[in-house]
Amino acid sequence: MPALPLDEAGKYVAGAYLVFLALVLIYVAIMAAKLARIERELGELADLAEERSSNG
Amino acid sequence: MSLLSLRNLAVATAVLLAGGFALVFFHAPNDADQGFIQKIFYLHVPLATCALGGFVVAAVHAIRHLRTGDAIHDARAYVSIHISIIFGVAVLVTGSIWARASWGKWWVWDEPTLVSFLIVFLLYCTYYPLRFAIEDRDRQARYASVFAITAGAFVPLNFLAVRLAESLVHPRVFATAEGGMTGEMWLAFLTSLAGMALLWVTLVRFELVAKSASARISRLRRALDAEAPAGTRSRVAPSVPSTATTSG
Amino acid sequence: MSPFRAILAKDLRVELRTLQSLPGMALFAMTTFVLFRFGLDRTSLSGSLAAGVILATVLFAALLAINRLFVAERDEGGFDAIRMAPIDGTALFAAKAAALVIYLVALELVLLPAFGFLFLDDWAGLAPLAGVLVAADVGLAATGVLVSAIGVNSRARDLLVPLLLLPLAVPVMIAAAGAGESLLAAGGPSYDDVGKWLAILALYDLVFVAIGYAVYDFLLED
Repeated sequence: MPALPLDEAGKYVAGAYLVFLALVLIYVAIMAAKLARIERELGELADLAEERSSNG
Repeated sequence: MSLLSLRNLAVATAVLLAGGFALVFFHAPNDADQGFIQKIFYLHVPLATCALGGFVVAAVHAIRHLRTGDAIHDARAYVSIHISIIFGVAVLVTGSIWARASWGKWWVWDEPTLVSFLIVFLLYCTYYPLRFAIEDRDRQARYASVFAITAGAFVPLNFLAVRLAESLVHPRVFATAEGGMTGEMWLAFLTSLAGMALLWVTLVRFELVAKSASARISRLRRALDAEAPAGTRSRVAPSVPSTATTSG
Repeated sequence: MSPFRAILAKDLRVELRTLQSLPGMALFAMTTFVLFRFGLDRTSLSGSLAAGVILATVLFAALLAINRLFVAERDEGGFDAIRMAPIDGTALFAAKAAALVIYLVALELVLLPAFGFLFLDDWAGLAPLAGVLVAADVGLAATGVLVSAIGVNSRARDLLVPLLLLPLAVPVMIAAAGAGESLLAAGGPSYDDVGKWLAILALYDLVFVAIGYAVYDFLLED
């Protein structure tokens, strides 16, 4: 069984691992925003292309 | 290339990291000297190793960029440095937490690897102002590659110098080598290290795919003669050229 | 005359004729010494403090020299002329680095006695320290020329060059200060660790001169 002392030491260790987790999640969030923008622009361009092909 | 697809990489990363951390907390014994605090070691050192490895990888990409002139290598160098800097932030924060837990201070100058890592980190942070300061795209990429190569050669030299400077007077603060690491500790460490390395590769691949998609959208836009919304063109980040094949 | 010698001779001749860098660097160094005297609140220095003061001063003076060596060249179109002539980038790198080393050594010839005069009780360590400083100068020159070539073609170059150069100069500082600490020790110079620090300086010099040779052409391309 793990030694999980909830005293001072445990807080620091937990803090370190949480910082790591937070950084990864922040990165994922930023990339998700980028992806959303890409998808939006792709949608606009696809609409534009469709419009052109149906007109031309 | 499906073995190394982004999805497989992400899954492997998750498995190795989760497995590694499980080993850290459920399998590896507490360090005789530092007690439970030492668990930070399994996070801090793999992060640092991968960040530094990432800087060296960036230097390799930069060399290929200068030799071939192909912008894909510049993009790879850029992203490698970007992810390594993010890892570097994590290294410094976890190192600081470790210092605080062990010594009561938020920073220790006695730990040579932490100090030399700070120097390297500061150096690579200048990569961005460097790119920002050069307007011409080609030249920007070339100069950035020169910088990546120079900085990559600098990393081992710096560690050597700082290590020699400190070891004269102060004992290593974070050394787990007092009694040597047990087999269980090694297993936990190596698994974490592998997980971090895969995390680095996954994030780099992830970012390259996003860049490639952005570049393709720009080309599509140009082909359709459509206008780009204001403020989308980055002045700094290189765009991935059309010859790039990145598996998603 | 080889391009290396031509460029080097030109730079040295210009400096000798106009004296636009060296006197300024020397004056700057002396003023810096005075600042340190008050900043550290010491009238006499030895060991690591002495080494630190000397090296910090040399480093800042080097930044001034780098600025002069490159800014003037660029502003007067020297770079374009060199680029149009069929010269290797490496010749330019070698010439600029050699010029910078010569500037720094000339500066140190003035600076070290002045430092001894102002701060040292025992001058015995100064001569070997000069040798260590030459090794440090070569490293600083190689890195400095490399960085200033990057910076000279960018905007905000007076910020970019120190920003890039200072972290890169850290190993040189560490090694030279380490040797300086032993050589300027209060009880007289000790030569114990100096060999080790000189080895690091030599390694640094080798690596960065090699890199400069390898990549300088890429920095000169249009």
